[in-house]
Parts: sequence; C-alpha cells; structure tokens
Amino acid sequence: MTQAVFAPWDDPSQKPIIRFNRVTKRFGEFTAIDDLTLDIFEQEFFALLGPSGCGKTTMMRMLAGFETPTDGTIELAGQDIAPVPPNKRAVNMMFQSYALFPHLSVYENIAFGLRRGDMPKHDIDDRVAEMLKLTRLEKFARRKPHQISGGQRQRVALARSLAKAPKLLLLDEPLGALDAKLRQATQFELMDIQEKTGTTFVIVTHDQEEAMTVASRVAVMDEGRVIQVATPERIYEAPNSVYVADFIGDVNIIEGTAKASGEGRFDVVWDADKEPFTAASELPLSDGQTCHLAIRPEKVTISAERPADAVNAVEGKVLDIAYLGNLSTYHVELPGGQIIKAQTANTRRVSRRGFTWEDPVWISWTATAAVLLEQ
Amino acid sequence: MNRLSWFNVTSLTLGFAFLYLPMVILVIYSFNESKLVTVWAGFSTKWYGELLQNEAFLDAAWVTIKVAVLSSTFATVLGTMAAYVLVRGGRFLGRTVFSGMIYAPLVMPEVITGLSLLLLFIGIGLDRDVLTIVLAHTTFSMCYVSVVVSSRLMTFDRSLEEAALDLGCSSFDAFRLVTLPIIAPAVISGWLLAFTLSLDDLVIASFTAGPSATTLPIKIFSAVRLGVSPEINALSTIMIGIVTVGVISASLVSKRNSLRQQREEQAAARAA
Repeated sequence: MTQAVFAPWDDPSQKPIIRFNRVTKRFGEFTAIDDLTLDIFEQEFFALLGPSGCGKTTMMRMLAGFETPTDGTIELAGQDIAPVPPNKRAVNMMFQSYALFPHLSVYENIAFGLRRGDMPKHDIDDRVAEMLKLTRLEKFARRKPHQISGGQRQRVALARSLAKAPKLLLLDEPLGALDAKLRQATQFELMDIQEKTGTTFVIVTHDQEEAMTVASRVAVMDEGRVIQVATPERIYEAPNSVYVADFIGDVNIIEGTAKASGEGRFDVVWDADKEPFTAASELPLSDGQTCHLAIRPEKVTISAERPADAVNAVEGKVLDIAYLGNLSTYHVELPGGQIIKAQTANTRRVSRRGFTWEDPVWISWTATAAVLLEQ
Repeated sequence: MNRLSWFNVTSLTLGFAFLYLPMVILVIYSFNESKLVTVWAGFSTKWYGELLQNEAFLDAAWVTIKVAVLSSTFATVLGTMAAYVLVRGGRFLGRTVFSGMIYAPLVMPEVITGLSLLLLFIGIGLDRDVLTIVLAHTTFSMCYVSVVVSSRLMTFDRSLEEAALDLGCSSFDAFRLVTLPIIAPAVISGWLLAFTLSLDDLVIASFTAGPSATTLPIKIFSAVRLGVSPEINALSTIMIGIVTVGVISASLVSKRNSLRQQREEQAAARAA
C-alpha cells in the first residue's frame, strides 16, 4: 500500500517543479511576500490558503509573470523564470473573474491560446473539442459568455486555461463566484480534471474547506509568510501554531504552563486551583514555559457524570447549544469563565437530546486528543 | 403610464420650445415660396432644387465631409493611443503633466488654437488647403476622443488583458484582439464626436482654410453676412434631417442590442 501514496515532498530524490527561493516582494513600503521559500512538486494540487492580504495572490501573480520578485528567485522546472514574460511561460491562469472574452464565443475563447502558436487548424479543432468534452460544454460551443450560466462560465475559463496543456495551472479563487451547492460539485470536478490531465495545479483560496477538499498539500499563509505546509490531514490534526489551528476549522485553545510529567508527556497547568491537563507531545518544552493546548470540539466528550477512566476531565455548565442538523455543538462554561466547545454527532433521528441550557456536565478528552503548541 | 401634472407639462413645453423652436422655424421657412425669408408666401420645394444647382455650396459640402472623415479618423487613432498609455501606462515620470496637457485643449479658446495653428502653418510654409484643415481638426478633436476612450478604459477589467497575455499574446496582440473589440463602442462614439465637432467648426476652420478649400460652415457664415437666403434654410434643414436620422437609428440599434443581451442573460440564468 505504501508505494501508492502520492507524497513526492517526502522523497528527497524528487525535483520540485516550482521552487520559491527566499522570495521577497515589496510594493513601495508594503511587504507582500517576506523571504519565502517553498517547493511545489509535479502533479500536485497545491493550495495557498490565507486571509485576504496575506500575499497568496501576489505569489500566484509572480508565477504567472504579472509581478516580479523584489528579491530571491522563482524556478520553474529548474529555470529561473524572472526574465520570461507571461506570454512565453508554460504557465496558464484561471482568473477569479474568469476574464472570458465577451466578444468571442465559447469555442473561440478556448481556441484563443492555441491560435497564438503555430498549431494547424484541424489540430486546434481537435484540441478544443477535447476540452469541451472534458468540461461537458459541447452544447455551448457557439454561445457567447453572457449566454451561459455562472457555472458554465467557470468551466469555460478552466477549459481555456487548460487548452495549451500548461506545465502549471494557476487558479485564483476559482469557485468564489459559485453558490455553495455548485461549489461542492465543482470541487470534485476540479480534482477529477486535475487527475485526468496530470497537470500541476496551484489554487489560491481563502476558503479552508475548499483547500482541504481539493489539495494534496496546503500552505497556510499570514502576512507574506508561510506558517505551515502540510497535507490537509496534518494541517488539521497537527497544526504547528495557534494561528493555523485557529484558521483551519473550529478549535478550543487553553493557555497554560508546561511541566514535564514523563516520556513525551506534559502536565499543563491552566488554573492554579484545578487539576492540570495531560497532553502527549514531542515538543522540547521546559518546565514553566507558556504553552497552548488546542483541542478540536469533536474530540471533546460531553457526559453527565465524570467518566471513570478520563485522563482530562473538568466540570462546567451548558451555556449554549448550536444544533446544526448533523451535529450539535455545546458551549460549556468552566468555573473560571473559559468556554469549551464540545461536538457530538446526531446519529439518531428521534432521541431526546442529552443536555439542555444550564445543565451541569463533564467534558473530557484523551491525552493524545489535544495538540500542545508553543506559540 | 403616469399622468403628468400641469407643472410637468409646462416644464416640458417650455424646455423643448426653448431648444427646438428656432429649428422648427428654420425648417418651416425652408419650404417658403418667397425669396424674402420673413414673409410666408406658400409652400414650395424650389429652394431645395436650387441648392442642388449651387456649385459653391456642393463643393463646400464635399470638402466638409472629406475633412470630417479624415480628421475624425486621425483623431480617433491618436486619441485612443493617448488614452491607452495614460490609463494603462502606470506611474511613469511626467504622467500627471501629460494627462493634464491632453485635456488642456478642451478649455483652450478656439480662437487661440486657430491662431497658433495658422502661425505654425505659415512658419513651416504649408499652403492652406484641405490638409491644413484636417490637421487643425485632428489637433482639437483628439482630446475629446481621448476623454471618451479613457473613461471607458478606466472601467475595463484589467484581467481580460492579462488573460490574453497569459494565453500567449504580445501586448500589441492583446490590445488588437481583446481590448480594442471590447472598447469599440467607446472608440466609435469618440469618432462620431470628433466627426460632428469637425462638421460644425467655424472658428478654427476659418483660420486654417485657404481660398482653394472652404468648409460649409464658413460658406454659410459668409453667405449669411450678405443676407439670409432660403437656400441656406434648405441646406440647414437637410443637415438637421441627416443628424436626426443618425441619432434615432443609433439609439434604436443600441436599445435593441441591450434588450437582446438582457433576454439572453435571463435565458442562461434560467437554464442553469
């Protein structure tokens, strides 16, 4: 099974297709990208994730050739691309606004890039037909962009940017303009197309769910720096900082001081009057060091009595209940005023919900459920 | 349909009377039998017939159209280029000065423009002819074109040009294949504006026209100084007619296009 896992980033013999080498980009006084180093491998579906203004779009525009780095180099397949203008790069981009040419038909939009080379006419026809088939747009070839729906426009933009078979496809918030249902369907379509064409995709998004769904690896960015690069699973289960833990999904953060309590185990003192929490961690924390405990709500168990075998358990009272249909989230207030979220799956349709407002409850979690973070 | 109040009816009547009464009178008198402009002597179209016999007027009309077509075309090319650089060129040295200088001729008194052009043509020894009028008209109308085109370019989605570059276009190809077709309506209205400006310009043309080439406004103006003739009324009526037909058909076409676009967009949204 192991050899089937796609993980070129763990294989030192693999050469990255893109290499950001200590790249800095400044716009006047403002530093958009700050000394950034990053490798992206062939056939990856790589997501740049971050809040607006974190520099993710600037990175994409540097790859496309619309911006040049102030410092450092960007290599594409081993070649520094700084001197190559956008129209000579084997990189294509799908724009957030789609940027479809309104005066050209769907067919002509897709053929636009192909016509710029010296491709013979019938080859262009074949290639466009192939792209129309891939994106299920055969029926709309003769329509103008304003004559098709938003979802179809999105697919035209994708077909157009894939038509030239680029080494690298950049997608700038490709699903931002679609409604929630269509977006989900399109995410799977994108993954499918990426797999079929074998193109390396770099997607920019501020939607963490989207990044987690489509990407092979996610880079979480903040203020021009990459905070963590890892697979969606590791980003979620093993964030390297409070910022990443908080940005991806829902999390409870408990601040405290660490005290080693055994091999790879720490006691976290969070309240002088209370029993400390126990967490497993490989971090080299010194005694008395400030640290944060990050626990996902779905890993917190809520019960009426203290569970007999619980490593970490604390009493509180239910402050709020958010019923989401498939899940219920309980906001439990601890005596010190801290609020811990606990999530349970509503696996039965007709059953009395266990707890209601103001109920005294116990919340508990295992030693490995929480992630210990230095910062 | 809302019923108009008496106040609205009065405003409408007064406003339109103020705008169109002079022209209506001119049109009516162009069908006057009498040679005396102010005395009505019955309906006739004889002045239209006579107009067609008048070589001097026909020559002047021909010169005017030639000048208008040529100068508005040159002005459109130059004005569009200027607008493109000023809107797209980013922050190059002297950009503010250049954009200010482009718009200066808009507020420059025509007499000064005319006089300075006259001095230039004399200075370089260029005989005053159709060419000098064309050059003069290009000079003052290109800034109007540039205003119209640059306001369109400012709302133009930059990513369309970037997409063209991304797909392998050179900057010139991106302009030719993407930008120009999309801003074409603005370029065309710039051309039409330059065309009409050139058609009715009297001041600058009278500085730069020579004995061998006279435009219609000059001709009419000098004829009127000798007394208004019904022929001129007839000529003016024809010009009003041409302009009216042009304006109405242009607005009908654009109305129909926007309706069609709206229908198609709704159809696409429903089909989704």
